[in-house]
Order: sequence, then C-alpha cells, then structure tokens
Amino acid sequence: MNSKLRERWAPVLTAAALLAVWQLGCSLFSIADYIFPSPLTIVQAMREFAGPIAEAAWKTFWVTMLGFAIAIVVGVLLGFLVGSSRLAYAALYPLLIGFNAVPKAALVPILIVWFGIGLGPGILTAFLISFFPITVNIATGLATLEPELEDVLRVLGAKRWDVLVKVGLPRSMPYFYASLKVAITLAFVGTVLAEMTAGDSGIGYLMQTAGSQQRMPLAFAGLVAIGVMAMTMYELFSVIEKRTTGWAHRGTQGG
Amino acid sequence: MSSNAGTRPFVDFDQVWLAYNDELQAKGQYAVEDISLQVTEGEFIAIVGPSGCGKSTFMKLATGLRMPSRGTIRIDGAPVTGPLKISGMSFQAPSLLPWRSTIDNVLLPLEIVEPHRTQFKARRAEYRERAQQLLRSVGLAGYEDKLPHQLSGGMQQRASICRALIHEPKMLLLDEPFGALDAFTREELWCTLRDLWTARRFNVILVTHDLRESVFLADTVYVMSKSPGRFAARRHIDLPRPRDLELTYTAAFTDIVHELRGHIGAIRQTSAAAAP
Repeated sequence: MNSKLRERWAPVLTAAALLAVWQLGCSLFSIADYIFPSPLTIVQAMREFAGPIAEAAWKTFWVTMLGFAIAIVVGVLLGFLVGSSRLAYAALYPLLIGFNAVPKAALVPILIVWFGIGLGPGILTAFLISFFPITVNIATGLATLEPELEDVLRVLGAKRWDVLVKVGLPRSMPYFYASLKVAITLAFVGTVLAEMTAGDSGIGYLMQTAGSQQRMPLAFAGLVAIGVMAMTMYELFSVIEKRTTGWAHRGTQGG
Repeated sequence: MSSNAGTRPFVDFDQVWLAYNDELQAKGQYAVEDISLQVTEGEFIAIVGPSGCGKSTFMKLATGLRMPSRGTIRIDGAPVTGPLKISGMSFQAPSLLPWRSTIDNVLLPLEIVEPHRTQFKARRAEYRERAQQLLRSVGLAGYEDKLPHQLSGGMQQRASICRALIHEPKMLLLDEPFGALDAFTREELWCTLRDLWTARRFNVILVTHDLRESVFLADTVYVMSKSPGRFAARRHIDLPRPRDLELTYTAAFTDIVHELRGHIGAIRQTSAAAAP
C-alpha cells in the first residue's frame, strides 16, 4: 500500500479499530447495555427505532439550519461592520468577546421563558452559539489588507466601499468558509442543547427521554445521528470552500 | 537649485515639511524636512538613502495621500489637494490579488478610476486589448489568464508595474520595486522599466537603496539623509542614453556610484556623531 492510499484509509481504519475494541470490551466484561451499550446493540437500536430517529433527526436538522442561516446573516453583517470600521471594532469587539464567553446552556432557560417550549429556543440557541466564529473570521479577512495595495487604490480615488468590495470581501472568503465549518458543528450543539432542556421533539429530546428511561442504546443511536449530520455538513462546506476559494490553498505570492 | 530654469517644473516641492501627527509636530519631529525639488516633465528621478529616511513618506506626499505640514507641493502646475489620479504606484511587494488572473489584476485600476470606471463595461474589450499590449511589452504575453501564484516573483513584479501603468498615468511612483528580487531578475527588470519609460516618457519617481539601480535608470539622483529626512545631495546623471547593462561595468558609471556612496557614508558618519 502506498502512502497516499494509506492516508486515505487511515480514518476508516482508526474508526473500525475503535469500534472493534469497544465491542470486544463490552462483550468480554459483559457490561450491561443500560450502562454502556456495545456498537452492535446501538446498531440494533438504530434499526429498531429507525422511524422515530429519522423523524427526530430531520427536525433537529432543519432547526439547526434555520439557526445557522440566521447566524450567517448576522455573523457576516457584524463581521463586515467590525472589520471595516475602527470605531465599530472598538465599540463592539469587547462586547462580542464577553458574549462569546457566556455559556450558551445558561441562556436556554431564559429563552424558554421568552419563547416557550418548542422551536424558538432551538433555533435561537443554534444561532447564538454559531455566529461568533463567522463574525471574527469575516472581520479578520477584512482587516488584513496590505497598506500598499490600499495606497495603490486610494490614489486612484477609490472609496472605502470600493476597497471593501474589490479587495476586502473576496479576501475574507476563505476565512468565511473556514468559519462555516466550525460554526455548523457548533450550531448542532446549540440545537441539541435546547432540545434537551426545552424540546418536545428532535434528537436532543429523544436522547433526553431515552436516557431518563435508561435506554442507553437509543440514546447512543441519537448521538450517532447527530454526529453523522454534523460531519456531512462539515464535509459539504469543505467541498464548497475548495471549489470557490482554491486560490487560497495553492502556495503563496512572491515565490 | 533647479537646473531646468525656463520650463515649468512638472513636480515642484517648495520647502516641504511633514510630521505624521500634531503631537510629533509639536515635538519638532518631522519625517521629512525642508524638501525642495523641481522635476521637469518626463524626467526620471531616483531617491536613494538608508532605510527609514523618509523615502516612502516622500512618495505619499507626491501622490497626495499625505498633505505636508508646511510648504507647498505643485504637480503639473496645480497645488496638490488630494489623491492624484494621474499617478500609478508599485511597491516592493507586488500585492496582486491572488484570486484574479494576471490580466484582471492589471485591469483593476480601470474598475476604480474615473472616467474608465463608468465606461468599464462598455469598453471592456478595448481595455483588455490595452492590458494585453502592456503585458506583452513587459514580456508577459501568454500569461494573461494565469493566477499570481503561478508566476515567478519577477513576473509578479512586472504585472504589478503594468497595473500601475494601465490608466496611462503621467507619473509613475516606484517604492523599492525590485528590492525582493534576485540580482539577475532585478537587472532584467531595470531594462523593462527603461524600455517602458523610453516608449512612453511618463515621469518616474523611483525610491530605492540600490545605488547602481538609481544611476542606471535615472536622470537625476537625490540622496536622502536619515532623521531628519532631508536631501543631502543632488546628482545629475549625464550618462548617454539609451543605456545598456554593459554601461554598469564602465569606469564612468562606477565613479558616479562611488561618489554617491561617499554621500551616504558621510550621512552615516554625521548621524553617528550626532547620536548621544
């Protein structure tokens, strides 16, 4: 096997080995399913409850997507503001840092008071937890403009807006896509968090219920579903990133 | 001071002082002091001096990106009041946009500067033709659709100079444009710049710390001293044109370089002596 092939199969093999050890451990020490289910029982649970899991996953998925969509809009706008104006940066950045440090789980009870049990808290938590990396990355992309290039354009009568649109925004696109990959996984965390505390549906709710009934295989099946969704979306944004901003990944200037 | 009495100077600095902010001005710390120079139309001047002597500040003044704290600057007969669109700039870093092809990088100024900006869509084909011609003249024919990272450092610098020239400026300002290149590529680009200038006769202000470069290319070389940034010497280069790289190995050429080096050495000594 050559090194490239080995590299490609490495993650699959690691996962397989992990599952094997897990299965073996559970069987050898005959650990009860309601404490720590083996992979096989989890698969069994997934097959048995395929319908409810799919339904819950779908719910979680689109709640996450709604929250994520809001996060993109707000994150990009805020990032644009903070990255393009020094005053806005000075005024907003400390607040944003402070807000980001607040554990979002602590916000869920407040959101429940405001929006009740249901979709509202899920969407909002997904949004609140995921907009920050988008904002920071857009702002960074805009702020890292070479002063020489700015001079070249300013002498031609370029307004701030010209420089932002012609140079700043395209330059921040790789940062933007990189942040989407981080943000989408965070958004799933947010949704599940809200569903566990205040949901009446979705994967979080399913896991919470299964856990309280000590049906661990089902709870783990929920974990698998959420993991698969997050990984799929991550890969999707990875592909989009490579397609649209390939220039950022091939060497640098000056060579 | 002016040897061009009789003709109106194209660039006219009259006792120009610049402090970067009020605080520095109050302390009497100027980036450049008492700069006076007159440049005739189509003249190629070079400004040499040690790093941090205010050469780049001079560029900002000449393009109207900075207003002087004292003194007046007139370019092409009119006092400078803001950014001068008749100038094109290029720096040590080519600073091409990595997501744009070479030709689209060269076309960027036309998307910004009036009157081309409003006509850009309508005259696109014509502008592309102009950019292609310019790229051809610096030896970049066939590289129009390449991305910057596919070009060598020297090629990127050529493209950067094309970008500075695409709107046909009357004045080209170069800030150590060849500083990051190897010696052979640098000499190649000297010739490229010489040929462009010979064909178009725009004014050039070349900021450099390479004495040979300044003597080979310029009509007049100004030596600048460091803190305070002042002109310490002015040397007219009377070597015949067209100049060939062979010239750089002649005694006449080396004598001038040597003489200029003497001025730089003198500056170094005086500033060392002045230091506490």
